[in-house]
Amino acid sequence: MKVVDIRKDGIDGIRKHENEEISVTGCLGERYIGCGMKNGIMHIAGTPGNAIASYLDGGSIYVDGNVQDAAADTMNAGLLAVNGSAGDALAYGMRGGRVYIRGDAGYRAGVHMKAYVDRKSILVIGGRTGSFLGEYLAGGIIIVLNLDERKDITGYFCGNGMYAGTIYLRTQCPPVNLSDKLITRNVGKEEMESVIRPLVTDFASVFSLSAAKCLEGRFMAVEADKSKSYSQLYAAV
Amino acid sequence: MKKEGEVRISSGCAISGIFCRDGRRITGEAIKKSIKVMHNRSNGLGGGFAGYGIYPQYKDYYALHVFYDSQTSREETERFLDRRFDIINLSKIPVRQTSAIADAPLIWRYFVSPLPHMLQDSQLDEDEYTSLAMIRINDSIDGAYVVSCGKDMGVFKAVGYPEDVADFYRIEEYEGYSWTAHGRYPTNTPGWWAGSHPFSLLDLTVVHNGEISSYDANRRAVEMYGYSCNLLTDTEVITYILDYLTRKQGLTLEECSHVIAAPFWSTIAATEDEDERNRLSYMRNMFSSFLITGPFSILVGFSGGMMALNDRLKLRSLVAAEKGHTVYFSSEEAAIRVIEDNPDRIWAPRGGEAVIVTLEKEAGR
Repeated sequence: MKVVDIRKDGIDGIRKHENEEISVTGCLGERYIGCGMKNGIMHIAGTPGNAIASYLDGGSIYVDGNVQDAAADTMNAGLLAVNGSAGDALAYGMRGGRVYIRGDAGYRAGVHMKAYVDRKSILVIGGRTGSFLGEYLAGGIIIVLNLDERKDITGYFCGNGMYAGTIYLRTQCPPVNLSDKLITRNVGKEEMESVIRPLVTDFASVFSLSAAKCLEGRFMAVEADKSKSYSQLYAAV
Repeated sequence: MKKEGEVRISSGCAISGIFCRDGRRITGEAIKKSIKVMHNRSNGLGGGFAGYGIYPQYKDYYALHVFYDSQTSREETERFLDRRFDIINLSKIPVRQTSAIADAPLIWRYFVSPLPHMLQDSQLDEDEYTSLAMIRINDSIDGAYVVSCGKDMGVFKAVGYPEDVADFYRIEEYEGYSWTAHGRYPTNTPGWWAGSHPFSLLDLTVVHNGEISSYDANRRAVEMYGYSCNLLTDTEVITYILDYLTRKQGLTLEECSHVIAAPFWSTIAATEDEDERNRLSYMRNMFSSFLITGPFSILVGFSGGMMALNDRLKLRSLVAAEKGHTVYFSSEEAAIRVIEDNPDRIWAPRGGEAVIVTLEKEAGR
């Protein structure tokens, strides 16, 4: 596997090989790694900068640490797997592909994620998230597992303004300050098997976790209340 | 046409801080290294540093760092100071000439203490006496700007990238237990020397990433209490708000965080503890003009401590880390990893949650 030292070769050194399988070492805040990548597999060591995997169009990026803000911004396809935590504004406007975060996500994860025909954005977070998870969600699936069983699986204003898509939370308690324009329901067996189990099993396999443990307990779904009009969904703070 | 990623994109400023809880003094080299990683968050229109514990030989004297446009403004300011303070040392601040920093003003440093009879006649304590004098210089002497006036601390700022500002001021030659730094990307106010961060009054300094949409309401409020906002940028007002709330109203910094980044009314209403609910309500009602709206992450330096605070919606990034006795804050994790690659703990403080660190032997502020 080709090794690219980003301190020496820079972003251009990555771009030369981005359709191959490469290992990128020495990352320290360099932005836009994997931006628009279509193929290839990238293993990243260090702390990559903002907007990693932005506009990602295919291929896979594995990060052995944390990612900063705006990871997977407007991502189209492919996989971003982070074996640590993510900063704020993760997967903003994501249009397809999978984003797996082993640890926590910051504020505003999955804002304005979308789905279109056969494209469905998938965001799975192993830890907890900050406020505004899935704000204005327009499609796709967000799953938050809270594997460390901490209090408050999300922050405030989860799903505010969402009008499509589903947020699945591995909890029995609805998030705090949930808008009255949203509905919550317990996930049934059929939905568990057809939707959640395949995604969580895939997530677990990427990080060598026990899928059974990740699936333990009950899941709650948060969705838009379709009986209330779109225009009312922009909740006042 | 260059694509996004091939050109510099606005990220709205960088902040960084290092605090040694054991009082160990470190050179400015580390803070320079940290802020340099976030070069792209600045655009060369401002950079600066605040160091605490840097003047141990003069720790009982106010250290004034002053910018002058001309010799005339210097002479007038020195006459003003002579009438009110005992000046025990004055000199130009040593700088290293570099092509990256241009159009420098005259930069002078004075170590002073209030003249005893003047202080007694004023019936003020020495902090109030000194702060009023500094506000008066900034307000009434044309071309003179006091950019720092605390004890055993100093602000070093300029127009330029922060790493170049560090070289200009020879920041590596100073040693302090606490450092903050700022890289500026001004969006709607001018980039000029006195308008760079940190902003300071007495020992309080503020570096800020963000934009205060409530600036004018906040400015009107602090100006009712004798402050004067004349440095042409929004961050200045945060400094005066915090000085007013801590020094004049006696609030703790944690209480200040409940004023400037107050919880939502809905959050207060959902607070189970009645005393806490009443306290938070009181803060919002009593000091409503000091609520700061808009995105911000700030580092507040003060003698013996540092506070990191985000706006309540966390609209700007802020990362914290600890390693042994040292605490780090930064806009980006990479800026911490460059100086401490294996922290004991790294986390992102929640919006509105103040992280306050103090020297291990100091009482909290």
